[in-house]
Amino acid sequence: MRISGKGLLQGARPVTFSFNGRHLVGLEGDTLASALLANGVHLVARSFKYHRPRGILTAGSEEPNALVTIGSGAQSDPNIRATSQEIFAGLEARSQNCWPSVEHDLQAINDLAAPFLGAGFYYKTFMWPAAFWEKLYEPVIRKAAGLGALSGLADPDACEKAYAFCDLLVIGSGPAGLMAALTAGRAGADVILAEKDARMGGRLLAEVEQIDGLSGVDWVAQVLAELASLDNVRLMPRTAITGAYDQGTYGALERVGHHQPRRDGLPRECFWRIVARRAVLAAGAIERPIAFANNDRPGIMTASAVRSYLNRWGVAPGQRVTVFANNDQAHHTARDLVEAGVHVALLVDSRHDAPDSDLYPVIKGAQICDTSGRKRIDSITVRSVKGEQRIQTDCLAMSGGWNPTLHLTCHLNGRPQWNRDIASFVPTPGTVPGLACAGACNGTFSTKGALREGAEAAAQALADLGVQSARPDVPEAEDDPYNITALWAVPGKGRAWLDFQNDVTVKDVKQAAAENFRSVEHMKRYTTQGMATDQGKSSNVAALAVLADATGRGIPETGTTTFRPPFVPVSIAAMGAGAAGQAFRPQRLLTSHLASKEQNAPMIEVGLWYRASYFPTKGESNWRQSCDREVELVRSSVGICDVSTLGKIDIQGVDAAKLLDFVYANTFSTLKVGRVRYGLMLREDGFVMDDGTTARLGDTHYVMTTTTAAAGQVMAHLEFVHQVLRPEWDVQITSVTEQWAQFAIAGPKSRELLNDLLDEPIIEANWPFMACGAVDVLGVAARLFRISFSGETAYELAVPARYGDALFRALLQRARALGGGAYGMEALNVLRIEKGFLTHAELNGTVTAFDLGMQAMVSKKKDCIGKAMSARPGLMDEDRQRLVGLKPIGAVQQLSNGAHLFKPGDPVERVYDQGYVTSAGFSPTLGHSIALAFLKNGADRIGEEIRLVDHMRGIDALCEVVSPVFFDPEGGRARG
Amino acid sequence: MRINCPNCGERDRREFYVKGAALARPAAAAALEAWHDHVNLRDNPAGELHELWYHEMGCGAWIDVCRNVVSHAVLSTALASAADLGGAR
Amino acid sequence: MAELIALTPCDGLLPLTIGRLSLTEDLPAAMTSIAPYAGQDMALSTALQAAHGIGFPAINRSTGKAGSRAIWFGQGMALLQGPVAAPVLAEFAALTDQGDAWAVVRLEGRDAEDVLARLVPVDLRRQSFELGHTVRTELAHMMASITRIGPDMFQVLVFRSMARSLVHDLKVAMAAVTARRAGLG
Repeated sequence: MRISGKGLLQGARPVTFSFNGRHLVGLEGDTLASALLANGVHLVARSFKYHRPRGILTAGSEEPNALVTIGSGAQSDPNIRATSQEIFAGLEARSQNCWPSVEHDLQAINDLAAPFLGAGFYYKTFMWPAAFWEKLYEPVIRKAAGLGALSGLADPDACEKAYAFCDLLVIGSGPAGLMAALTAGRAGADVILAEKDARMGGRLLAEVEQIDGLSGVDWVAQVLAELASLDNVRLMPRTAITGAYDQGTYGALERVGHHQPRRDGLPRECFWRIVARRAVLAAGAIERPIAFANNDRPGIMTASAVRSYLNRWGVAPGQRVTVFANNDQAHHTARDLVEAGVHVALLVDSRHDAPDSDLYPVIKGAQICDTSGRKRIDSITVRSVKGEQRIQTDCLAMSGGWNPTLHLTCHLNGRPQWNRDIASFVPTPGTVPGLACAGACNGTFSTKGALREGAEAAAQALADLGVQSARPDVPEAEDDPYNITALWAVPGKGRAWLDFQNDVTVKDVKQAAAENFRSVEHMKRYTTQGMATDQGKSSNVAALAVLADATGRGIPETGTTTFRPPFVPVSIAAMGAGAAGQAFRPQRLLTSHLASKEQNAPMIEVGLWYRASYFPTKGESNWRQSCDREVELVRSSVGICDVSTLGKIDIQGVDAAKLLDFVYANTFSTLKVGRVRYGLMLREDGFVMDDGTTARLGDTHYVMTTTTAAAGQVMAHLEFVHQVLRPEWDVQITSVTEQWAQFAIAGPKSRELLNDLLDEPIIEANWPFMACGAVDVLGVAARLFRISFSGETAYELAVPARYGDALFRALLQRARALGGGAYGMEALNVLRIEKGFLTHAELNGTVTAFDLGMQAMVSKKKDCIGKAMSARPGLMDEDRQRLVGLKPIGAVQQLSNGAHLFKPGDPVERVYDQGYVTSAGFSPTLGHSIALAFLKNGADRIGEEIRLVDHMRGIDALCEVVSPVFFDPEGGRARG
Repeated sequence: MRINCPNCGERDRREFYVKGAALARPAAAAALEAWHDHVNLRDNPAGELHELWYHEMGCGAWIDVCRNVVSHAVLSTALASAADLGGAR
Repeated sequence: MAELIALTPCDGLLPLTIGRLSLTEDLPAAMTSIAPYAGQDMALSTALQAAHGIGFPAINRSTGKAGSRAIWFGQGMALLQGPVAAPVLAEFAALTDQGDAWAVVRLEGRDAEDVLARLVPVDLRRQSFELGHTVRTELAHMMASITRIGPDMFQVLVFRSMARSLVHDLKVAMAAVTARRAGLG
């Protein structure tokens, strides 16, 4: 019920929203929680396990009960805290985990079964028979227990990610945070003030108090106005700091479009990475409930939440309120309510020395031991020396004291310390380098103390950064002592809730202790206390206090569980922002991309690159037909293939040859200018890293090619060798992969085609196999390489990338005129398997030069990376799995990559494994399937029979071991 | 986590590739044992460790980073070219 | 005989205007990477000054202006944009033609910093990244070079093959920043 003349929303515009299909009106500035309470809606949710009716417990992001789903269809967003969600015109919210409705939830029957559903019930109950777990128990439990559900549809809304930097990050905008921001802002430091609430001011918005003669709210407005006027201060409301990470990095979640009607382009949330040289944590504190029987009914709230709804939102959560407290501050709730004209029936204080009041009745040294009311509280039972009495009430405000919000100080493995005076954990200084705590999160609960600590923490941070600052006067404010006597759980029968979100009671924690789950980490996992989306913000300390009591230890000895990021739930959508669909990762497109798409070529991803898989022509209904045709056209006339994805690295300098000799197993210093050589590159452990060709363009100028897959790795490796191992060499390494569009022109008619395009035709005598040099193609300066990955007479022609599209089209046109055409990755693969050429299917990191039959390439005359280790006996063992070719015996059968090899008589079991297939395909040239494989002692087993088994694809084929070079073993075609 | 690149200044960890411990390469003629040690064996100190990081998404410098692997504090960074890790030539 | 028609890296993708932000393609007449040989830094800078009127840039800085600019481009390397590198420079440095290797775009507008803050993990606000400052960094997982070429103007380079991803990512960020701005009325 809204109280006229009360709160900060006076004059605010009305906003219509819906809850469970009912249209309601709130005010601009309302949270869903405050708007529901203003409309007299208390029953908001059903609990996780027992489907108990639940209302609104808190007024902040720690809310365990009031989780709702907002939006509908693909845009529905589950598990949103009604206490954080601002209302806006058209907001649709609904209760979750209930059926058919929150008012009448059939699964509330679980509550009657509660005696059987305590801690560990499913570990014990659903053990046997084992098969039942997956088929019966888990589906049933999942259906019965839970929170909101995802829509199952693709999320049409976008989130975003962003980076921010500052000298000082101030986390929280209560009195401590505002003073910290003000101190640093006035000193000219680069400040970010982050506040998870929509409105800055923290508890000052919710309390009736004075600062320097102004109301707390007016003082906040004055400070915010000054901060807003400073260019060096960035105010970030609706931004929760979610985690503290190394070197001053903080994660933060900002609600951008989440609190307003949808608008194109506007992200729902933004996940920030904030890098701060220093930080002040001024996150305040969270009030804790007290555990007593049936303390979870709608209408039972924390005392501070009642003050928030009253003083900030002008809403009285009840008309006959009772208060249960163990500290002085909670008495403000009764005071504020009475002053606002709300009837306070009784304040129950567990302390015998509690203060008295003229405004409302107080019972000291008493406890509330039970409540009643199914969908909303209607009475409490008070137990005192006089016995038990029932009191009518429609709202109970409870306060067990405050827990400093110190979570971030634990994110780098820090542990908090127990402070007996305030019966709370407080942060251990220095646990997050560069972060200092101020105010309530530091265990300093008075406003004056918070103001002072905020200013001091900022001044110290500035001093650390060498920034001069004038220490502002600390304003006059309330500086009352925090009087508390710990009370965690009221003894008695009945279930007393600790963790409202996961339905964990005092009895469950005691049960855990009785079953010897005495470690707080074990208790947590056994009971699931603190493991819900609120991470036990309102329950952790009380739960471990109960555990400490049950195990006869003190709280400091019992210890806490570990607080980990994120501090508030972060949707996966926000974490993965910007990486959906085609932006999942960068796409690298070839200059021939468009022309290939025009030919209807399906694209295949190769690393980040998109390459044409094959080029279907009329009448071809599957890829094999296209592939076979493309292989045949290369073997019979001429084929064109974009090979620009291969890494190309420009190496210049007087020591360029030395570098190549050092990184390649074979020698390049002896290569003549204008020639190309195949090279094999080893890792320092002696295994093969990569292969490729390197051309010598000039005396001190080489261009290396790498495989597509290893381009980045080889570049890093060359820089490593140069910078780290041989910095004295004068050599410069530059990637030119992107500069050149390079096309393979392969086949018997390749020279004919080429000469049709070159400004000056080439003659075979000047361009033998493995020659390279400059040419002009249609007026453009180009590079030509006489190299072949197909085994045919072939060239690779490179032009500056701007001409790539035009050259590809020109090549294609002429190839077609000669009876040839384009070929894609599938045909390229078959062509190279026919020749036994290698890719990273073979160079898989476990293969040595010896395995490939290339040990002779490791030069004996010089040192090279990997030389010493490649000579290890184990790497030259004849029994190693070595490269062979396989062809099927008998009728044509499919061979497959990843198949394993066995001797024909052996069982197909791992211990008999003889090797595996790395590449396989159908060779139209030979008319049968072929494969490359690594086979134990393979090089010496040519002619043997071997059994190929692929359980995944159901292939079992007898093969003959052959040379890995299936076609033209003398290599005459490439030279011809 | 942030690493101070000697060229670019402090940068987010996502710009870097880490290779592992910074070790001097044995001489070509070193005994196989020395090579085995270099390639396969690593100290695992609970404290300071020199590592080689590559500023892959930045300037391309290889960097000798000394950090405390327990606290994650980065204690010093320098261009690896000055670290003399090439071993006997 | 037919001629080869040149296409720019961002052909068909740009220009683009969203709100008060614009994204256009820059087309320097030439781009050459210049990596000085051992001990030649000073001689190179002198030769560069003589040939093109600009010095070799310091780390994280650029020299010159539109039409003739040298950008620090990483460890021991600068990128000369505009003039074709004078052959004499080859005495002092490895010269490599990069004129087709990079997509070059210009992001302009009062909120340009905010757009880049969504994609780049480096502080590019004016107080820490002034006119003429440059960085090698990543932009949405792409290797990038970013230079402030005006008070509200940045030049961004990524690999040519990634032009479409670059434009996509910048476009989304521009739309998000503009939508936020609209919300502030």
